[in-house]
Amino acid sequence: MPHSLISEIETKYIRSLVSKEKRVDSRRLNDIRPITIECGIVEKANGSARVTLGNTKVIVGVKAEIGTPYPDTPNSGVITCAAEFIPMASPYFEPGPPNEEAVELARVVDRGIRESKMVDLEKLCIIPNEKVWILFVDIYIIDHAGNLFDASSLAAVSALLTTKIPRTEVEDGKVKTLDERTSLPINNIPISLTFAKIDDQLCVDPILEEENVMDCRITIVYDVNNNLVAMQKGERGALTTQDIYKAVDLAETMTKEIREKYISPILKQEGS
Amino acid sequence: MALHFKNRQIVVPGDLLAEGAYKPGDGTFREGNRIYSSVVGLAEVKGKIVQVVAFEGAYTPKAGDVVIGKVVDVKMTSWRIDIKSPYQAIMHPVNVFERRLDPLKDDLRRYFDVGDTLVAKIMSFDRTRAPLLTTKERGLGKLQGGYLVKMLPTKIPRLIGRRGSMINMIKKETGCQIIIGQNGIVWVSGKSFEDEERVIKAIRQIEREAHTSGLTDRVRDLIHK
Amino acid sequence: MEEIQGNSQIRLLTEDNLRLDGRKLDELRPIKLEVGVLSRADGSAYIEQGKSKILAAVYGPRELHPRHLAQPDEALLQCIYRMATFSVDERKSPAPSRRETELSKVITESLAPAVFLKYFPRASIDVYIQVIQADGGTRCSSITAASLALADAGIPLRDLVAACAAGKIDGKIALDLSDIEDKNGQADLPVAIMPRKKLTTLLQMDGFMTKEEFIEAYELAVKGCQKIYEMQREVLIQKYINIQDEVSEESSEQNRGG
Repeated sequence: MPHSLISEIETKYIRSLVSKEKRVDSRRLNDIRPITIECGIVEKANGSARVTLGNTKVIVGVKAEIGTPYPDTPNSGVITCAAEFIPMASPYFEPGPPNEEAVELARVVDRGIRESKMVDLEKLCIIPNEKVWILFVDIYIIDHAGNLFDASSLAAVSALLTTKIPRTEVEDGKVKTLDERTSLPINNIPISLTFAKIDDQLCVDPILEEENVMDCRITIVYDVNNNLVAMQKGERGALTTQDIYKAVDLAETMTKEIREKYISPILKQEGS
Repeated sequence: MALHFKNRQIVVPGDLLAEGAYKPGDGTFREGNRIYSSVVGLAEVKGKIVQVVAFEGAYTPKAGDVVIGKVVDVKMTSWRIDIKSPYQAIMHPVNVFERRLDPLKDDLRRYFDVGDTLVAKIMSFDRTRAPLLTTKERGLGKLQGGYLVKMLPTKIPRLIGRRGSMINMIKKETGCQIIIGQNGIVWVSGKSFEDEERVIKAIRQIEREAHTSGLTDRVRDLIHK
Repeated sequence: MEEIQGNSQIRLLTEDNLRLDGRKLDELRPIKLEVGVLSRADGSAYIEQGKSKILAAVYGPRELHPRHLAQPDEALLQCIYRMATFSVDERKSPAPSRRETELSKVITESLAPAVFLKYFPRASIDVYIQVIQADGGTRCSSITAASLALADAGIPLRDLVAACAAGKIDGKIALDLSDIEDKNGQADLPVAIMPRKKLTTLLQMDGFMTKEEFIEAYELAVKGCQKIYEMQREVLIQKYINIQDEVSEESSEQNRGG
């Protein structure tokens, strides 16, 4: 959904640039904007990360609580993701509960984490059927300059990788939390890449101006072993088969690069 | 009579600028016989007028200003135009055409439709009514092609330069057509994307360094790179 | 994790009147201020005060929707204060609480006297405050940041607004209470002033104090506000001085052929 009434001139300009494989911020079609990731910025949270992707800025906080499991997965911890598109991030965001865009984003980020089995939820079970760890992953968009999906996903993943929860002991059927802290049991790391389709071209990591003009977008999520774990086509245009295959190929290479460049340093810091 | 600042000193809201027989200009206000700054900017005195050239701020429409706007709505007898100001502008056919339009037969959309960009002049504005636009003068009307750059309206004077020195230099060095809206929108049209890109980069640099000296030379160097 | 009950079950002061974080009674927590931190907002600021971390952003003046809320002779100033779910020890529900509603109102009322609202009839000025981490005194830190964001947006102001709280802990008057001091202390007094004429635009008290204690606390809070005001001025000016410095460094490098 375009977030503002865009003028004819802007639409034509971006389209004509893209047809020459150029972009309005001088990137090439397959260039990602500069990324920064800062972890542990909220000490009161169990885990947190702030990601900047160009001018887009997202903060994710993870809070861990002990609670009851879902009845159909009694031996499993719980992860739940939610997103807030707060009004300071864009002149077009209004205060209020998450709208359909915020809900979609949270669910797509969640899908990548869940389907890749990033966190070993069985290891988060404390007393089967009764007490498990519940992880709340809350995504706050604070500056919207395009591609909220990848920024949010990267922030959520970084926050989870650096989350610490107390060790627990069970005594007489009661759970005691100890002072000692431990990382989450991590099995996998999903990385997402989003493309905007503009006329016949796919633009990696769209900026806001491109999102206002695009026909549709596609987000592709790979895991550490090059398996696809989530995909989402969004907005009201359509993709050809070639578009899809091209995106799937490009995402395979580029998510590997993102992993190398941005996730490895975090893992090294965590001593894994 | 006293001035409490050095010329082009950076001041913040509430800073005392002058006492006595001075007059409050832009970016200032008077309380009793004292003049204070109301914004963050450079304090200057021009004769008896003490003013602060603000670094940031929304565009306040002024009669006589040339602005660039986007048509956001077309009504039966007027167009509604977004000029990036807290006040949406209105334009009537009588201020566009020489002949009278028949609202039953002429569709306003055929002339300017939603999404069209135009350069217009503000005929009048007072805070009780919307700014009124006209395109009747030469050089005004619909813009086609090219690219629109948004910049802070407070930096537009720096983009123009003294007696047009900066903007003329940029036009000459890049060969681009450039139309400047006082409301912070600049239309750029060149023979190639590279030429247009050089203008865009120049504008960004001016926006950032507007309050520094030696800017014209640095911008010329940037264009040549 | 132990839950700390209110009402002084823990000692907040040593025998030398040093606080849990080592501060003296009249000392502010370390403060970090930044302006212009967001790309879409018209003005923005970020504050860290002790462990509190807060973002403030301003949009406006802009057209007001819905139209029927518009005031014919002045702009409508609205501040919305919200805390992130992860900003506090126990996760907070994302839905706005009554406390956030009250704080939004008093924050708006602390800033409004400073803004030249009559310059922009029928328009709106929206201030959004997001608490990223809360550790006591968030309404004051929010006002300090919001005032910077308004100035950063170029909105004409009569003065900046600086805010600071004082309170009573273990029977002594102290400046800038942290969360643990607020929860276990005997009184909390947030204050905001327009420093030029020492006009108070926020004053709340909650706790138990004699009149003399109140006067001591109020004057201490005002002193704190004045120190904070100096920091606000500094960060607004520094933003532009930094650019001037960068620019003259670049030119002298070029002249040296570097």
